[in-house]
Amino acid sequence: MKSSSTMYLVALALTIGLASSMSPARISAQMQENRIVIDGSTTVGPIAKAFAEYYMRQNPGVNITVSESGSGNGAKSLMNSACDIAAMSRFMKETEFAAATEAGLMPVAHVVALDGLAIVLHPSNPVRGLTIDQVKRIYKGEITSWSEVGGPDRSITIVSRDTNSGTYETFQGLVMNKEEITQSAEYVGSNGAIRQRIQSTQNAIGYVGLGFVDRTVKPIPVNGVEANSETIISGAYPIARPLYLFTNGYPKLGSHLHRFITLYLTERGQEIVASIGFVPVTAYR
Amino acid sequence: MAERKTTEDLLLSRGASRARRFGSLAGEGTLLLITSLSVFAVLFIFYFIAKDALPFFQLQGFREFFTSTRWYPSGDPASFGTAAIFVGTGLVTLGAVLVAVPLGITAAICMSDILRFEVRQMVKPVIEVLAAIPSVAYGFFALVIFAPLLQERGGNLLSTALWVTGIPVAALGTWIIGSLISIRVPERHRRWTKIGSWVVLGLVSLAILSMIGGWLSGLVIESGTNALNVSIILGIMAVPTVVSVSEDALQAVGRDLREGSYALGSTRAETLLKVVMPAAASGIVAAVILGVMRAVGETMVVWMASGNAAQIPEPFFNFLEPVRTLTATIAGDMGEADHVTGSARYSVLFAMALSLLAISFISNLVSERFSARIRRQRG
Repeated sequence: MKSSSTMYLVALALTIGLASSMSPARISAQMQENRIVIDGSTTVGPIAKAFAEYYMRQNPGVNITVSESGSGNGAKSLMNSACDIAAMSRFMKETEFAAATEAGLMPVAHVVALDGLAIVLHPSNPVRGLTIDQVKRIYKGEITSWSEVGGPDRSITIVSRDTNSGTYETFQGLVMNKEEITQSAEYVGSNGAIRQRIQSTQNAIGYVGLGFVDRTVKPIPVNGVEANSETIISGAYPIARPLYLFTNGYPKLGSHLHRFITLYLTERGQEIVASIGFVPVTAYR
Repeated sequence: MAERKTTEDLLLSRGASRARRFGSLAGEGTLLLITSLSVFAVLFIFYFIAKDALPFFQLQGFREFFTSTRWYPSGDPASFGTAAIFVGTGLVTLGAVLVAVPLGITAAICMSDILRFEVRQMVKPVIEVLAAIPSVAYGFFALVIFAPLLQERGGNLLSTALWVTGIPVAALGTWIIGSLISIRVPERHRRWTKIGSWVVLGLVSLAILSMIGGWLSGLVIESGTNALNVSIILGIMAVPTVVSVSEDALQAVGRDLREGSYALGSTRAETLLKVVMPAAASGIVAAVILGVMRAVGETMVVWMASGNAAQIPEPFFNFLEPVRTLTATIAGDMGEADHVTGSARYSVLFAMALSLLAISFISNLVSERFSARIRRQRG
């Protein structure tokens, strides 16, 4: 009795072993297809996460992981084939591109959303608008009173995002031209905190992602152009940039990767982008 | 005799079996291991922070770190001067001490020597609740409620605070100095001298108070997220620490000492000021140092409400300017710092952490010294 049950177990094990050894490649390929790894920018991260959440709900069995380690690290991961998608808040640098092609990869950029920064003031501030140069000089500490830009004679309280954020990098690149913000500027840890500081501080100036503008703060036109999705899409508003997802080559049509990366083209995808405070690439409504 | 018996039971006799000996050894070993775990944790923290801090000093040297006030970690080229950040930490800590120490020590004296037992049993848990509030809640309060309040009514708030603290101090001072002066004149003039000096001193101190109060109420606070805001909040957060440690120290001064003092004819004020407080002095110093540590190490509140401007205020004791502290910088900059490439931007944060660790280590040693002195006195 005992020996027969042992025989039975051995036979079972052999059968399973044979069955599984028949097509290991196919099984693992399928596993690969059901797994998407995303790495990169902390700015694009929320979009990737929202997309991943939506996509996994629609397609149970697909597993998408999103890590946020900065744009540069995203590019590195893509080159090492450690991720399928690199999320980047800037375009790949020439050196990164060269390194990628050398490694036998062909990075393809997908612009999934636009990111615009609104310059916001306290609602009681009478200043009607600023030029981008005035904003820069305020943040450099060269303009220190509102009277120099058509406001009351009160000193300016400068509020900035922390040096850690993609928002800061955008501002640094598009407004400051990499020049230094004055040392007396205050730094806060989130878009929401900037809004909180501006709505409670009469003399403050700050910048927030477009999605964070509400009635409690006053967004002002920059160079005479108001910040909204139309002016950002048309390129009229100066403080805006595209956000990218990079893949290696264009993904195979119909694969999960392809369907995921084209999510931003669907109406639902654009709604997701808008709902987390970014600007969809086309005026979809 | 009975005592001896129990000790013998605990120690194993020569005749004990090998198994029992081994069991006892294993038990002791496990306990020792568990105890040393926490010691090892401290050593490991020291080691790993130092290990990650070293590359920074190798890359950038010491000079810029300690002497420059330019903090542009993401600049090109980046500068890592932390002098302003050290000053910010110092300023905020000083402010917190100025709030926490008078409040805390007064509360401790009140609880240990003045309040009735039942009242004390009610007050103590309430003060301890302050320690249980999460620091992010304090930070939220500082950012959302206190900062706008300072901006809108900062001047009035400050002058009210001055009057509230100033009047009792002035009254007490007037009374004491008046009494001291009147003792020095002959008996028959004494009464009139006393009243006269009270009137003069009272008027002078009122004039001084209203002068400062007037200046304060005219003050406009540009930005409510500044060193003052954080100092007050940190001070309140440090109060429970100061209270409970200094109250323990005051309690440790025995009843015999107090009764001896009363027996010699001293009043309660004299007993408190001249006998109890000096006897508990080293414990109170330990309490203050622990309070300082609480303020130096706090992160969330300063990150949310200090303004985080890496500047030395102008003049340097100007509490109304935003400042940046070590802890807030470490917390705020850790996310983007690239640890993969081992950049200076990453290791500079560890250099700061190492400085903080050194500060707290030294303060702890000093406070330990003072606590040991009380224990010796008590023993």
